[in-house]
Amino acid sequence: MTPFKTHRGLIAALDRANIDTDQIIPKQFLKSIARTGFGAHLFHDWRYLPDGRPNPQFPLNAPRAKGASVLVVGGNFGCGSSREHAVWAIQQEGFQAIIAPWQQRGATRVPAFADIFRTNCAKNALLTVELSEPEVQEIVQMVDRYPGLEATVDLDRQRVTLHLAEELSFHFEIDAAIKTRLLHGLDDIGLTLQQEAAIRAFEARHDPQLPRPT
Amino acid sequence: MGHTLFDKIWSRHVVTTLSDGTTLLYIDRHLIHEVTSPQAFEALRLAHRAVRRPELSFATMDHNVPTDDRLAIRDPISKAQIDALTENCREFGITLYDLASDRQGIVHVIGPELGLTLPGATIVCGDSHTSTHGAFGALAFGIGTSEVEHVLATQCLLQQRPKTFRVEFTGRPVPPVGAKDLILKLIGAIGTAGGAGYVLEYCGEAIRALSMEGRMTICNMSIEAGARAGLMAPDETTYGYLAAGPRPFAPSGEAFDRAVTFWKTLPSDPDAAFDRTISLDASQIAPQVTWGTNPGMVVDVTGRVPEPDQVPGYSRADVEQALAYMGLTPGTLMTQIPIDTVFIGSCTNARIEDLRASAQLFNGRKVAPGVRVLVVPGSQQVRRQAEAEGLHEVFRAAGCEWRQSGCSMCLGMNPDQLKPGERCASTSNRNFEGRQGKGGRTHLVSPQMASAAAIAGHFVDIRTWQTNSV
Repeated sequence: MTPFKTHRGLIAALDRANIDTDQIIPKQFLKSIARTGFGAHLFHDWRYLPDGRPNPQFPLNAPRAKGASVLVVGGNFGCGSSREHAVWAIQQEGFQAIIAPWQQRGATRVPAFADIFRTNCAKNALLTVELSEPEVQEIVQMVDRYPGLEATVDLDRQRVTLHLAEELSFHFEIDAAIKTRLLHGLDDIGLTLQQEAAIRAFEARHDPQLPRPT
Repeated sequence: MGHTLFDKIWSRHVVTTLSDGTTLLYIDRHLIHEVTSPQAFEALRLAHRAVRRPELSFATMDHNVPTDDRLAIRDPISKAQIDALTENCREFGITLYDLASDRQGIVHVIGPELGLTLPGATIVCGDSHTSTHGAFGALAFGIGTSEVEHVLATQCLLQQRPKTFRVEFTGRPVPPVGAKDLILKLIGAIGTAGGAGYVLEYCGEAIRALSMEGRMTICNMSIEAGARAGLMAPDETTYGYLAAGPRPFAPSGEAFDRAVTFWKTLPSDPDAAFDRTISLDASQIAPQVTWGTNPGMVVDVTGRVPEPDQVPGYSRADVEQALAYMGLTPGTLMTQIPIDTVFIGSCTNARIEDLRASAQLFNGRKVAPGVRVLVVPGSQQVRRQAEAEGLHEVFRAAGCEWRQSGCSMCLGMNPDQLKPGERCASTSNRNFEGRQGKGGRTHLVSPQMASAAAIAGHFVDIRTWQTNSV
């Protein structure tokens, strides 16, 4: 896996909550047996008009979003289907990091990213940055106000910086294990295969046909 | 302090804990379908890696499969994906239930039918509705393609331990209110992210009274509440289902009795602690209908399309966007919404009990003029059983199309799709924009509610209807 250390690029916003993976990459594009070729279909049904032309109302079609590599979205991003094609499509369209808000709503902490999607991102070195709702709203406002705004996402320092006349920075939390893997570009399967002795020992005492204590 | 059902399954599958705190978890069963696996097999090939335990993976084709003429697939890209699965299973030595097999079907329908889904096991599949299998007291969750590759190569997954969430349904639902209404009510109550980070354990009198089919419907939609997995304690209903054959991978004879002895140790201890709990009174739940573009946007069938600023948990903009997509006006009674398509199928509601419930409404009645009804059994086995009971004749006599098994219009990867603007009463699990076809409008309901809508041409409160035994 390619390591993720730090990235600076144009930042764009799609300020909508609960964007599901059916919207990120609709089902008609899941028939490919390849891992490439999904970028042009990212957000397909929102991005294109019925006749195939770009939808001028879609925020990421605006000239100011062209070439963006940091994406700001609403909470619970990537909910629904487990399709990893969603991650591939986002990356293949040039994005290297996604920023989304978590929110406390009564007893529920609405996550920035849905569970399976977040795991899929980590496996592909697409960085998911989780900030509070007010912080993300501030970023969205800055993106609206300053076309051409760039952001730096620094994984090691766990910091997002907006390159305004006066820089604006936000600290983010990230799972330590995921951080280490991303920083060093570690291959999860390679790591697990180093545990061969432990797996063998487990298999010697565990019957997967009927997983009961022995 | 006692342990939960989740704790007991988890602790028995920990291979080791890595220095960074990640758990290496052993996977007993890996289910595979054609859409999320080709890139995993290709990656194994490129890395010269083998499948560690090919006898623990099982494959079928379901997402792409046409439900009319299934052996002549007209879409060459679909066919290529199906052919790739055949070739990958052959090359890596994995058992495949292909389109010619009499056990083919939706992966989450055939797993239990085959006896692959057993209490206490860990089960994964590159599909978010893998949570279905939790109905048996198995820890089952969906994974992405990179994790599919990981399981193929190592039979393990790297996992962070989730929290636990006890969901109790007290009392009993009043028929025809059933499992689908219970789970939609829950998602409406806690939201589509309410279960995020948790494994749900469903319990209470209403759950104990459910058949395995009903339990699977509930666990299936755990993911729609944001939870990767949902669990139910195994009991006599579970053992009865597993003993009813033929289930070639379930234990039999003396081995079955030994298994039951073990399975009886799995339920959560009375003093086990959960990270979060909720209790709902099942006897007070009405038939549910979704009005919006996610499963949490749901009301009682007696309710109305909500005003944009009166939906807890959603911004005004969210609701306005959903209503615009759905073409609905606030204040409209749900029973006044006309439909033109009905889909009875999917891993949520395409098992024999679902089809029986549906047939009891169609028996002696006709589909309303202008309404198209697809009845798609979850598996070839369900299809055969339904035909043996004469259900297919009831559906056809009413004016429904009786199809072959597959995922079909739940996600429309095959030719079964909604056209822009069409409005569907669907027994599936997701009402996302475009899910059943670009521009299509989906209302999630139970099989009984979908069948009644087909007959009336609009939603009806089925509590006012008679059913007719087949």
